[in-house]
Amino acid sequence: MHALEKILAKKAGKASVTTGEIVDCEIDLAGVNDLYLQTVRSFAEIGATQVRAPERMIMFLDHYAPASTVGQADNQKKFREFCRLQGVSQVMDINEGVCHQVAADRGLVGPGKLIIITDSHSTTHGALGAFGTGVGATDMATILATGRLWLRVPEVIRIRLDGTLKRGVYAKDVILHVIGSLGADYAVYKAVEFIGPVVAGFSVSERMALCNMTTEMGAKTAYIQPDDVTMAYVREHTKVPYEVVETDPDFTYAEELSFDVSGIGPQVAAPSSVDNVHPIGEYAGVKIDQAYIGSCTGGRLEDLTIAAGILKNRKIAPTTRLIVVPATKKVLLDGMAAGVIPTLIEAGATLVTPSCAACLGTHEGILAPGEVCITATNRNFPGRMGSRDASLFLGSPATVAASALEGAIADPTPYLA
Amino acid sequence: MQDKLTGTVMKLGKNIDTDQIYPGRFLELTDAEDIRRHVLAGVSEDYAGKIRKGDILVAGTNFGCGSSREHAATALRFSGFAAIIAESFARIFYRNAINLGLPLIICPGISGKVQEGEVITVEIRTGKITAADGREIARAEPLSDYMLNILEHGGIKPLLAAEMEQKAH
Repeated sequence: MHALEKILAKKAGKASVTTGEIVDCEIDLAGVNDLYLQTVRSFAEIGATQVRAPERMIMFLDHYAPASTVGQADNQKKFREFCRLQGVSQVMDINEGVCHQVAADRGLVGPGKLIIITDSHSTTHGALGAFGTGVGATDMATILATGRLWLRVPEVIRIRLDGTLKRGVYAKDVILHVIGSLGADYAVYKAVEFIGPVVAGFSVSERMALCNMTTEMGAKTAYIQPDDVTMAYVREHTKVPYEVVETDPDFTYAEELSFDVSGIGPQVAAPSSVDNVHPIGEYAGVKIDQAYIGSCTGGRLEDLTIAAGILKNRKIAPTTRLIVVPATKKVLLDGMAAGVIPTLIEAGATLVTPSCAACLGTHEGILAPGEVCITATNRNFPGRMGSRDASLFLGSPATVAASALEGAIADPTPYLA
Repeated sequence: MQDKLTGTVMKLGKNIDTDQIYPGRFLELTDAEDIRRHVLAGVSEDYAGKIRKGDILVAGTNFGCGSSREHAATALRFSGFAAIIAESFARIFYRNAINLGLPLIICPGISGKVQEGEVITVEIRTGKITAADGREIARAEPLSDYMLNILEHGGIKPLLAAEMEQKAH
């Protein structure tokens, strides 16, 4: 069995599982976010009255943090009431940040955990050896009511990343390159595991970006076998019991792919699909109105630090605005302590409090018709960040910072210290 | 669940994402009646008005990719579409739609086999898709028993409600 299969088998109370089998699993951590009041409604509609395991539920008020319309405020109010009524004490209110990073910061993620959140980017948790996957509101209501959910045991695709990265090339460039090569639906229903020297050299932050973006190739979950890097992080942060599981040597992967990423430079996904990936040179010089650094993909301390390194003692182009959204309270505080946040603000950044903000086009920096934005987030679908007639490019935080400086899409390499 | 559905085809391309199906700016809406008005507003603002009850949506690969927002499935479920046939579906959308009792039919190659405005019949159980003259156009992948069971109950909510009721007695 694969490590991911062993996690599902254990949570289903079975000795083994096979690919394609549907198993009923006990969920370790069930996260609900504030976009989906339907979760509470479905919970009532199925006749449930009590959350089965309130200690395993966590509420994230992150997508609308803080509320900018009466409707959003009302949804958040109803969620707070639900949690109070149900004895759910883990309420991550509007002062906490984006769900996936909050969960990691608070030590709720560790190897072997089965983590389900009403957010598609729950694949992020594979960076720490957990099985993380996203569901919708009614599936979540089922978990709240029963503590369990059916899952299909996915095929596993193993992607090996070989080579040595050039300066100015980060995990985001690597995963864009992979998605661009394979397509936005390559891994639908399947799990994606990353191995190889490039992965081994990535920090936990970069591994999270890598796993996070597998959602954009349709993956159900992502996985990186815990190593010394993982365990150093886990020993420092993880506060819940965890168990490292390993794949059996005779496990057969659905597919084994390998990429030598030595040759690649910074990458961008051009409008309007994540697999429309090109070397940055093809778009260098395209004027931008907005640059955006933030989200569960590109809003960690390392991301902000890289951007600050590029922007230190410089000013962004007067024709451009730069929006910076630290993923969590911890990222914001650490970034302030390290001087990263002041550097970004002095360079001309607009600081937004930790949240999902404009990544999904609800508030805090949405785009007007005809505007162009380069963003360190995860999606460039039509209308994703506001007007359907705006254009979105995806890139690494370094690429976004360099582009903010030039007021046009730019390779970050010349600006690296 | 009705096994045989006959309706007029409305067509869309591949990678129709959840932001196109249901743009983020409408996520704070919570009632199906409000949500359905914005179905496919990311494709065109007035899309909801073009759907006639019983129409069948036909799309390319990776339909519903992107966000976990159940609003996308809710909007389609209450839009008037009787079913969606696509070459493939993204996984969270697939779960969400089946949970709401909206039949999703996986049929590789379907985009090239039917025309916008054509009347077709889909048999949910067998996956047989026929033209108005009775000619078989394609054979879709049959739904698993697990999914069929959910659809036959009108979605996961009535199914779970029945189970909860049983346990209470």
